[in-house]
Amino acid sequence: MSLDTETVRRIAYLARVNIPEAELEPLAGELNNILGWIEQLSEVNTDDVEPMTSVADMSMYQRKDAVTDGDCRDAVLANAPDGNDAFYTVPKVVE
Amino acid sequence: MTMLNELTITDAYQKLSSGEISAVELTQSCLDAMAAARDLNAFVTETPEIALERAGASDTRRASGNTVGPLDGIPIALKDLYCTEGVLTMAGSHILDGFVPPYESTVSANLRDAGAVMLGKTNMDEFAMGSATVTSYHGSTKNPWKLDDGKDRVPGGSSGGSATAVAGHLGLAATGTDTGGSIRQPASFSGIVGMKPTYGRCSRWGLVAYASSLDQAGPMTKSVEDAAIMLQSMAGHDPKDTTSAPIELPDFQAALTGDVRGLKVGIPKEYVIDGMPGEIDTLWKRGAEMFRDAGAEIVDISLPHTTYALPTYYIISPAEASSNLARYDGVRYGLRVNGDSLDDMYAKTRAEGFGTEVRRRIMIGTYVLSAGYYDAYYVKAQKVRSRIAEDFTKAFNDVDVVLTPTAPSPAFAIGEKMDDPIAMYLNDVFTVPASLAGLPGISVPAGLSAEGLPLGLQVIGRPFDEETMFRASHVLERQAAFSAKPTGMGG
Amino acid sequence: MPSLPEWGAEPMTYLIQGETGDWEVVVGLEVHAQVSSKAKLFSGASADFGGKPNTHVSLVDAAMPGMLPVINEYCVEQAVKTGLGIEAEINLHSVFERKNYFYADLPQGYQISQFQHPVVGEGTVTLDMEDGSQRYIGIERLHMEQDAGKSMHDQDPKRSFIDLNRAGVCLMEIVSKPDIRSPEEAGEFVRKLRSILRYLGTCDGNMEEGSMRADVNVSVRKVGSDELKTRTETKNVNSIRFIMQVIEIEAERQVEVWESGGEVVQETRLFDVARNETRAMRSKEFAHDYRYFPDPDLLPLKLSEDYVAALKASLPELPDQKKERFIAEFGLSAYDAHVLVQERETAAYFEVAASGRDGKQAANWVTTNLFGALNKLGLSITESPVSAANLGKLLDLQADDTISGRIAKDVFEIMLDTGDDPEKIVEEKGLKQITDTGAIEAAVDEAIASNPEQAQQVRDGNGKAIGWFVGQIMKATGGKANPGAVNQMLRDKLSSD
Repeated sequence: MSLDTETVRRIAYLARVNIPEAELEPLAGELNNILGWIEQLSEVNTDDVEPMTSVADMSMYQRKDAVTDGDCRDAVLANAPDGNDAFYTVPKVVE
Repeated sequence: MTMLNELTITDAYQKLSSGEISAVELTQSCLDAMAAARDLNAFVTETPEIALERAGASDTRRASGNTVGPLDGIPIALKDLYCTEGVLTMAGSHILDGFVPPYESTVSANLRDAGAVMLGKTNMDEFAMGSATVTSYHGSTKNPWKLDDGKDRVPGGSSGGSATAVAGHLGLAATGTDTGGSIRQPASFSGIVGMKPTYGRCSRWGLVAYASSLDQAGPMTKSVEDAAIMLQSMAGHDPKDTTSAPIELPDFQAALTGDVRGLKVGIPKEYVIDGMPGEIDTLWKRGAEMFRDAGAEIVDISLPHTTYALPTYYIISPAEASSNLARYDGVRYGLRVNGDSLDDMYAKTRAEGFGTEVRRRIMIGTYVLSAGYYDAYYVKAQKVRSRIAEDFTKAFNDVDVVLTPTAPSPAFAIGEKMDDPIAMYLNDVFTVPASLAGLPGISVPAGLSAEGLPLGLQVIGRPFDEETMFRASHVLERQAAFSAKPTGMGG
Repeated sequence: MPSLPEWGAEPMTYLIQGETGDWEVVVGLEVHAQVSSKAKLFSGASADFGGKPNTHVSLVDAAMPGMLPVINEYCVEQAVKTGLGIEAEINLHSVFERKNYFYADLPQGYQISQFQHPVVGEGTVTLDMEDGSQRYIGIERLHMEQDAGKSMHDQDPKRSFIDLNRAGVCLMEIVSKPDIRSPEEAGEFVRKLRSILRYLGTCDGNMEEGSMRADVNVSVRKVGSDELKTRTETKNVNSIRFIMQVIEIEAERQVEVWESGGEVVQETRLFDVARNETRAMRSKEFAHDYRYFPDPDLLPLKLSEDYVAALKASLPELPDQKKERFIAEFGLSAYDAHVLVQERETAAYFEVAASGRDGKQAANWVTTNLFGALNKLGLSITESPVSAANLGKLLDLQADDTISGRIAKDVFEIMLDTGDDPEKIVEEKGLKQITDTGAIEAAVDEAIASNPEQAQQVRDGNGKAIGWFVGQIMKATGGKANPGAVNQMLRDKLSSD
């Protein structure tokens, strides 16, 4: 799997990280290097094995339906870069 | 006479109990050591007021006969990945600039409630991504171990600040986190003990998440016994963490019987890599001998998928990280770089806030989850992970613990291995398999390299059988009798 | 897998008449229904509607570093119950996956949802159409997911404001198969689904408050074709009327596009209520790679057969069953039964009022008189001043001839005002029907005597005049004379003597 700069640009957009134009190609090279190394997994026979999506082999704990949290607006907004005392704010979004 | 900050937890506890020293004195000794060793850059945030207050409270409890356990009054350092209420927490990243959590992580709260005294927050690779503590926004941490060549050495990573804090006697112990080896490998590089419990033993609530199916909190200490004591307080079921195991905690200290007669120790033949210094292999064989001398039985085993563990890890962990780090967007906390639009703000904030290694892993992670590649990469990696776990399960039919080297080299100089990310990734080659399988693992300092740098050996146990792992490593520690000291401290 | 019922009668076809021929519309609906739980799906903050901004928000909802999801058992139950209510397969093993994308109202940068393994599989919703036919709309799946917060764009010229109160509330996403063929069917589908959810108590179906909304998937094709052409998705439509409008507008728009040689673009659209049109959302073409993967902070959801069986046994009688029973037990028409069972409260009301009485008469009083009055007063049936028991008594009073139907209507008006027992009203106002033949005869004689011309008309065979006399006598007796007896007596007395 070889990445070109166009793909790197697309991935950077999906991840919402600005990559300066000049860095696209070197980054593509780095990523290709890593992806090439990862390729070796295709050697492994995984025909009759399930993906290990949870290390813990137990049934999921479910909590009771009760309001035990929230009502802590000050804590929730305390670290907001540009909040007011009731909302988070972001640059205006046009839908 | 041992300086107070050079004591182990067990020795300090004795002196506190007998009244020979006070918790405040003990803490002050550490604070003084921290001030004298600032050039090591182990601490990102020092919390002397909190420390002395908690130490004072401990002394008060002790005076009225109300101590809460063996950690009461013991000064420790916390990796800056643990959210600490009211205290700056940045996880080594610019993107968490100014973040002061209004909450305390479960594990650090457990330690606080056990009477431990917080000295401060230690440096780490950004978002725990690294094995040298060179990617932190706050600069590199230095290993107190130095050679005559004058080069500063890495303490390992990502819990390098904690490793240096313990190795340099800046605190009696420290907490770290281990995702692919981030406690064990720095422990090996710094000549201390570091362990990662079974996945699910410790709660992840309040730990800045890197790779959710791999992250685990663990102790970094001067002795195996100290690690057992720390884990006792750190671990336990947390209903706020769905992946936390609802399993009773055994008495880890009680497991340290000193007796390994009949214990079966597995030696996996696959734990060698090209270019590994011969002395590591030699030390490994010596480790096996130590066990044999103590009455254990050495068994050759095979863990055939070992070679695929690192690439598997470097698909799964970046994938999970790419999603876990999506919340760092400048909206609700941390750094915000203003933009013309919402997307612009996101992209600029994250470009400026994340370092190059984190960015690299987010890109890999995003890619391997993306449409068309998910099955070939992510699903495939999770299947190979199952195979790796199967290898261990089969092996544990024949052995009780597995003995391996911890790292493929001693501590290297700061600045090395920076040209090729993969060269850096290889530091975790021996620690990653146990992470993928969710197994408990501990690194014990076992010898010195020819040049005089510490080398650790790793003992891996069955899931939720930290007891056997502790028992075995405790004996190994006794047999190895590692007593060398770092020379990189001022004076 | 429940066996599919026989297909109902051929639906009345909804056609769009284009230049090149007739087109039909193919519609699938994705309904998002908020579960009526106290707390959110993965956090303990309140799931209540409203509340001051950012007060129903926990640190987990705000996606602070290190926060983790823990599932709410009640939400799981409601999803399974709903699945059972739409006769669907319950998947004993399901998985929560992360749907990754960036938006201001999505603090984690991903939504916890279900993708490859939803908790509920295929099911059916049966529609009772106005023409009496039944249509079966297939359900593809139902899964649980987190709702997003709200962004407000009109509070400030340069900034949007974010309120996370709704972020993390449990939604059930119910996806229909593309079986819907007209706006009417779509309306009926949503009405029926809403009815089922309200019966189960799993969702209050309050579309104005946003507890239920739909994404409307529309495509068109030439009548007779069975290909599926490109569809568009119009998101977040929050009323049945709007859903139907969107289908009409989109179908017409798409037919025009195809017939003018263009291609319908697969895209997401929004409904502009003011302009009565749909328009494309601004979005980049590769914005939709959600990179689903199982959420590593959670475990697979495993349900046991016993768990599902217990929930099944606990289900209340659902609209379809109740409708069949009303038809059988009370002799109602399919239409009346359909109307009465739409809301569980209405059906319950009817049953109390009709119990041991003439079902058809009770149905008529409820659907005509009561509904009419409640509509005017703007009240729901649970707020009805006339209790079901009292309405039943009103029926009894008519059945034993204590009062006439006419008087009953008057008594009903008083009951609406006062909420009183009808027996009490009849007693107090002296409204008992006059059945005493002596008294009636006196009134009849009096009327005949005072109106000789009209009396002659009746003798001459003018039927209308009888009615006039009855009217006069009813007036004279304050409406209390038994009209039947009056009528009979008049005929007797005014037949040619």
